[in-house]
Amino acid sequence: MANVKTYVRPMGAWWRRNPFYGWYMLRELSCVFVTAYAVVLLVGLARLAQGRPAYEAWRESLASPSAVLFHMLALAVVTYHAWTWFKVMPKTLPFLTLAGRRISDRAIISAGVVAAVMSSVLIFLAVSLASL
Amino acid sequence: MATRVITIDCLRYDPETDDEPRRQIYQVPFTDDMSVLQGLQYIKDQLDGSLTFRWSCRMAICGSCGMMLNDVPALSCQTFLRDYHPGGLRVDPLSHFPIMRDLVIDQADFLRKLEAIKPYIIPRDPRSVAEGTYLQTPAQLNEYYQYSQCINCLLCYAACPQYGLSSAFIGPGALALLQRYNADSRDAGTDERMQIVNAEDGVWGCTLVSYCSEVCPKDVDPARAVNQNKINSTKDYFLRFLTPWGKPGGT
Repeated sequence: MANVKTYVRPMGAWWRRNPFYGWYMLRELSCVFVTAYAVVLLVGLARLAQGRPAYEAWRESLASPSAVLFHMLALAVVTYHAWTWFKVMPKTLPFLTLAGRRISDRAIISAGVVAAVMSSVLIFLAVSLASL
Repeated sequence: MATRVITIDCLRYDPETDDEPRRQIYQVPFTDDMSVLQGLQYIKDQLDGSLTFRWSCRMAICGSCGMMLNDVPALSCQTFLRDYHPGGLRVDPLSHFPIMRDLVIDQADFLRKLEAIKPYIIPRDPRSVAEGTYLQTPAQLNEYYQYSQCINCLLCYAACPQYGLSSAFIGPGALALLQRYNADSRDAGTDERMQIVNAEDGVWGCTLVSYCSEVCPKDVDPARAVNQNKINSTKDYFLRFLTPWGKPGGT
């Protein structure tokens, strides 16, 4: 085979060739928002360590329109980020069986999503109750 | 059955005369039951005998007729022309492989990788014919059965941008077959194959795009085989620190 002249196609802008690749690139890009949100939380933690006035100032800064816009955008992107990882979760697991039958990929994905939604609701309720 | 006409836009490349590929358009009459492969055969028989493509069984088992149909990797024998009408169909050779001529790609790279993963059972204690067959339970069979359905059609490689960006990556198909043998209860060759798994061009070359599993015509789910082995590779790495005598399979 090595003696045959062949043509190798370039890979430029490969992510535009198929919507699947576009969604994949969006998944990879979404980590920027995950990091940004983690930084916001870390700053909050650092401000908390500096005392109450610093922490209150940080909380106040979160109420600015740009901060609210960032959080809404981050929530949308992080939700997509989380969904993509639940979607590929079965691919990272060995075959699981229950009572001799294989657990379907769908069941694994659903279990992950349900667990995420339930824990989010629980945390939300806990925080709401604590701040009453 | 009513005959309609579909436009097939085909990549052409003749290594003797062309420096780079060109496009050629054919008008192909078709009936509802005609596959894309039959459309190409019509072109070859009736319109242009020089069009070159691979095919054999016509029933999605030989794995020869994979090509890009409107930029999606598919078996041309398993895909119908009616599904592309009236929009037209663009046919290209499988992405990420060097083109030899028209729709024929060079598979040599894959074949080298397939050989490298030792795609055969390496028994711990070889048995003679007189000793009889190796026994296996249905549960043990299920551990590797879906991976054994691979027909080496290379659609997963054409779907994998990581392979397109670096052909050193061993790729989804070969890694799925590696898992097929590692997961077989009759096989004891896992340590021998671990070097391929652990390498940077092994499972770690995968970024879980997972399009390979989407396009697989046999539901092999190569992305699962690759990512299961990321866990195995991690275990292999850390176990070497815990066991002073080391593991034979490390890189």
